[in-house]
Amino acid sequence: MKTITVRYFAMFREHAGVEQEIINADVATAEDVFRATRDRHGSDEPAGHCKVAINDEMADWSATVQDGDTVLLFPPVAGG
Amino acid sequence: MITITSEPIDTESLRELLFDPGAGGYAAFEGWVRNENEGHEVLRLEYEVYEPLAISEGERILVEARQRYPHLKARCVHRSGLLEIGECAVWVGVAAPHRDEAFKACRYIIDELKVRLPIWKKEHYTNGDSGWVNCERCKAHGERDAVPHTRRVGSRGH
Repeated sequence: MKTITVRYFAMFREHAGVEQEIINADVATAEDVFRATRDRHGSDEPAGHCKVAINDEMADWSATVQDGDTVLLFPPVAGG
Repeated sequence: MITITSEPIDTESLRELLFDPGAGGYAAFEGWVRNENEGHEVLRLEYEVYEPLAISEGERILVEARQRYPHLKARCVHRSGLLEIGECAVWVGVAAPHRDEAFKACRYIIDELKVRLPIWKKEHYTNGDSGWVNCERCKAHGERDAVPHTRRVGSRGH
């Protein structure tokens, strides 16, 4: 089990109703965190359509997460 | 340099910052707020920006552009918060020795910014509804091969 702080942005935050929360889950990768919080962020999108950062660094979904990490879940971006 | 601002973008002042005696070409792109999207009449837009990573990822894009097009000067500004129809939401300006590099570098930067920066756009419609814009191209970008030096891949150590 790992303790992970999860931060939600834009539509993910609106769906979750919170900006961030701490979860305790058996997760190995960033994608595991995305799956474990699906009920919170409410996205049916595959992770590959979204983006993720770990401790304020852009990451791949296959990146490992460690106990105490902060994982930022970004919905599909739409700048410009 | 990339900047995020909630104030109107002064494109003329930004252009002057790119003056360079070695530059023979200047190109700029301005993205404006449009009054329509996919059949919906848009009243205004709201941009949410996660600034720490929008800045760091934006700077990476500018570095990549300078690697591709030597002697390039480039700047970018993106708005955050509420914008009205016709306002400039994003500005990219470049100066290069010749026009070909200027056009190409400007295009490279705006294309990458749109799909890589953690920025989200909520449209407010004239009928009172609102909705987050779902960018299909941006989704597709998430599935393309990662740029190795900009992303953390696989396992990592502390």
